[in-house]
This record gives sequence, structure tokens and C-alpha cells, in this order.
Amino acid sequence: MSSIKIRTKRMDGKMQIRMLIAHPMEHGRNRDARTNALIPAHFIQELTVKHNKNVIITGNTGANISKDPYFAFTLKGGNPGDKITISWVDNLGNEDTQDHIVK
Amino acid sequence: MTDNRRAFIKKSVAFSGYAIFATGGLLTSPEATAEWLAETTSTNILQQTLKRLFKDQKIIESDKIDIRIPKTAENGAAVPIAVTSSLNNVESIAILVEKNPIPLAAKFELSPDLEAFVSVRLKIAESSAVAVIVETNEGFFTASKKVIVTPGGCEI
Repeated sequence: MSSIKIRTKRMDGKMQIRMLIAHPMEHGRNRDARTNALIPAHFIQELTVKHNKNVIITGNTGANISKDPYFAFTLKGGNPGDKITISWVDNLGNEDTQDHIVK
Repeated sequence: MTDNRRAFIKKSVAFSGYAIFATGGLLTSPEATAEWLAETTSTNILQQTLKRLFKDQKIIESDKIDIRIPKTAENGAAVPIAVTSSLNNVESIAILVEKNPIPLAAKFELSPDLEAFVSVRLKIAESSAVAVIVETNEGFFTASKKVIVTPGGCEI
């Protein structure tokens, strides 16, 4: 299962794009409750949102973003059948991509 | 004679000590440690981050940036923030939490197809100001709001 959930909503000629990504977003200063060892930093660094084939958002994110991050943006226009593609890359090189077709 | 010998031993021990110190110095260059110290002990990390991010661009206070964020947050691990701006031609929006060890939370480059709106959830370690910097084709604009985080927010 993908780590990205995408929801879109069209209203008044605009489209709201919301996403929820399952990710620990560790900033590297937390300690393991049992072993008291530092938990290494693990966070999403790059977020890319595409509308059809155009990149509309490129984001650099840091560990100040909460665990399981939520992002929302508003697109001007947007039609049913449009494709929204969201992908992320984290500091350990993991990545994920998810497509969503606008209803 | 014995005194001489003692002196010689003392000197040679001291000298080898210096040698070890010198090689150690090569491995961890003093400049690197100095820089690290300045970076972590400085009270003005936000200013440094701004300098690094935006070079020496002028950042102007603006009332055309609207930040919606709770005044007090019970849980610093997830504080919702929504930024809207009535400025024209917005190119990017950056969000910084002043007192977090690394202030920059996120910077989004938005294409002209998007409204000047971003909503995320932030981790805020302690009561701090949250600053937003909006880049337009006319320059950089900023606004900030204070957030009070009730205790317990450190273990996020």
C-alpha cells in the first residue's frame, strides 16, 4: 500500500488538493524509550506535486513538519479526469509516488 | 647527570604529546569546530538561516500575509498552520519556527497555477514565533505570529 493518501475537492472553479503521508518524520533528537539511544533523523526532504504533466509544487521539507505529514494546496481551475501525482524523497533515499484521478 | 636525564625524558614526553595533538588537530580541524560552535550557540539562528536561504535579500514586513495558527497549542507535535497571501505573483512560501533547533520547516515553490495558500502541521518545541516568508517577483515579504506551547512539547 502506498504511503500517500490524496483527496481533491472542486469548488468555485478552484480545486483543493490535500495529502496525508505516512512517515515517521524523526528529527534526530528523540531517544528510544527503552534503550535511550538516539533515534536517527528520518524525514521527508522533497515533495513534488504534478498536475497532469506539469510540476506545480516543489517543496523542501524539514523535520519540523509533524509526524505523518499533512499538506494542503489550492489549484486554480482543475477538471474532472485530471491526474494529480505526488511523490516524496526522504533523507535516507526512500521514495514513494501516488497517482490520483480527479472526480 | 640525573637531573639532565629527567629533563630530557620530560621534554621528549612533552614533545610526543605535542605530536599527537598536532595530528589530532589535522583530523578535526579547529576551523570546523569553531564554526560548529558558532552555529549551535548563537542566539540568532533564525537570522543565519534567513541569510543562508535568501542571501542578503531585503525582506519586508507585510500585512498581506495571513497566518492562521492557534495562539496556544496543547500538543507541540502537530500544530496546524494555514498561510494565505493576497500578494501578486507568489513564487514560494517558506515557514520557519524561530526557536526550533533548525528553524526552517518547509519551503514550497508554487507554480502560477496555484493560489497563494499552504497548509501544513508543524512541530514546535517551545513557545516561539512562527515566521512566514513569501517570495514574489517583486521581492520578499514576511509576517509572523507567536504560538504558546504548553509544557510537554519537547518530547515530540
